[in-house]
Amino acid sequence: MYNGGKIIIGLLIFIGFSTFPFLFTMGKVVPIPELKLDTPEIQKMVDKRCVEPKEYMKTEHMVMLNTWRDAVVRDGARLYKARDGRTYDMSLQNTCMKCHSNKKNFCDQCHNYVAVKPYCWDCHIAPQEGT
Amino acid sequence: MGILFSFAVVVAIVLLVFAGVSGAGLNYLFAVIIPYIALLIFIVGMVYRVVNWGRSAVPFKVPTTGGQQTSLPWIAANKLDNPSTSYGVIGRMLLEVLLFRSLFRNTKAELHSGSRLIYGSEKLLWLAALAFHYCFLVILIRHLRFFVVPVPAPIEFLEFMDSFFQVGAPLVYITNFLIIIALLYLLYRRIGMPQIKYISLPSDYFPLFLILAIAISGILMRYFDKVDVVGVKQIAMGLVSFRPTIPDGIGVIFYIHFALVCTLFAYFPFSKLVHMGGVFLSPTRNLANNNRMIRHVNPWDYPIKSRSYEDYENEFRDKMKKAGIPVEKE
Repeated sequence: MYNGGKIIIGLLIFIGFSTFPFLFTMGKVVPIPELKLDTPEIQKMVDKRCVEPKEYMKTEHMVMLNTWRDAVVRDGARLYKARDGRTYDMSLQNTCMKCHSNKKNFCDQCHNYVAVKPYCWDCHIAPQEGT
Repeated sequence: MGILFSFAVVVAIVLLVFAGVSGAGLNYLFAVIIPYIALLIFIVGMVYRVVNWGRSAVPFKVPTTGGQQTSLPWIAANKLDNPSTSYGVIGRMLLEVLLFRSLFRNTKAELHSGSRLIYGSEKLLWLAALAFHYCFLVILIRHLRFFVVPVPAPIEFLEFMDSFFQVGAPLVYITNFLIIIALLYLLYRRIGMPQIKYISLPSDYFPLFLILAIAISGILMRYFDKVDVVGVKQIAMGLVSFRPTIPDGIGVIFYIHFALVCTLFAYFPFSKLVHMGGVFLSPTRNLANNNRMIRHVNPWDYPIKSRSYEDYENEFRDKMKKAGIPVEKE
């Protein structure tokens, strides 16, 4: 090979980049996020259900919060009518966080796992937690 | 023909994955087996191609590059376009790899008012190519957030910058728009411009359609037909830690997106996309124009069998003398 040294260095860099996730993980087990739904407020509920069904909340909660924010801040509309007819106060701190008061064991679990940094708490006051 | 064929292949891949996952339940094949094979083909294939290039000899240096070469001290030399030193070559390579210098210098020829041939600069291609490549790089690095735990700060920072305008939820990425616009322009070149269309082959259209399909499926997955991101990361982490797991309930759009990416990886070493490695081995870019200072020896020069007149005379001196032919040495 001509200029073998330089080419091999280049190839090693290439292999390093393309296998970076493997080298970074080195086969270690990564714990999957565990959501805790055992806050006092949830335990008090007879019918344990969120604003919308779980599957919907799982993928669409950020869209819902964004829509709520726009509705409240821009239009002053505070009443959310869920698809099953119940109504909720559109409020992150007073509605969502009332039940899910365990931000560290609920919101942060998945967000940290997939490195999402929602800017909710740029304006809102995050709940005080001991742990 | 090439356009339709390439488009049909991409559509066929999408349909195949759709049928395979939602019909036949081949999740393990598409989320574990094929990704490993694709990555292996990508790495081994690229190394093979580069080593193959490295083994081909460069018989002579290529001085036909743009710019005045280094000659007399009172003639200004173009040190970057026609370098004579290693530092100059590094500079030229950086310009080439990071800023696509030769594409920037690209020209187009057009006929105006019948028969007037006009040459002009062709900066849109350069701009679209630059936008596309950088978007692709940012998107690729950004995707590492699915493949590592904990996610290193530079990757998080890149994602933060990409979603800087904080539009919507999930946040809209700037590269989402740019890469689609750039790809559509690159596709338009090959479909809308007759000269370019004439020289375009299926291997030109296929990567464009494939990457377009990857981008569109990714955008659909993020903003419209959302999937369980935690489940997706579990698949990714399972792959990189060699403990494959497939959580239930991940939308088929993920499998389509992932399979298209695997197709791109596996296709890479066989396609024109190897210019990723090839750009570093371009003889017109990586050789210093120092022919007048350092002799470049063709590596495949073999020892030439030659015979001097002296040898000849030594052998035939007696005969030559007898025949009366004059000799140099008595």
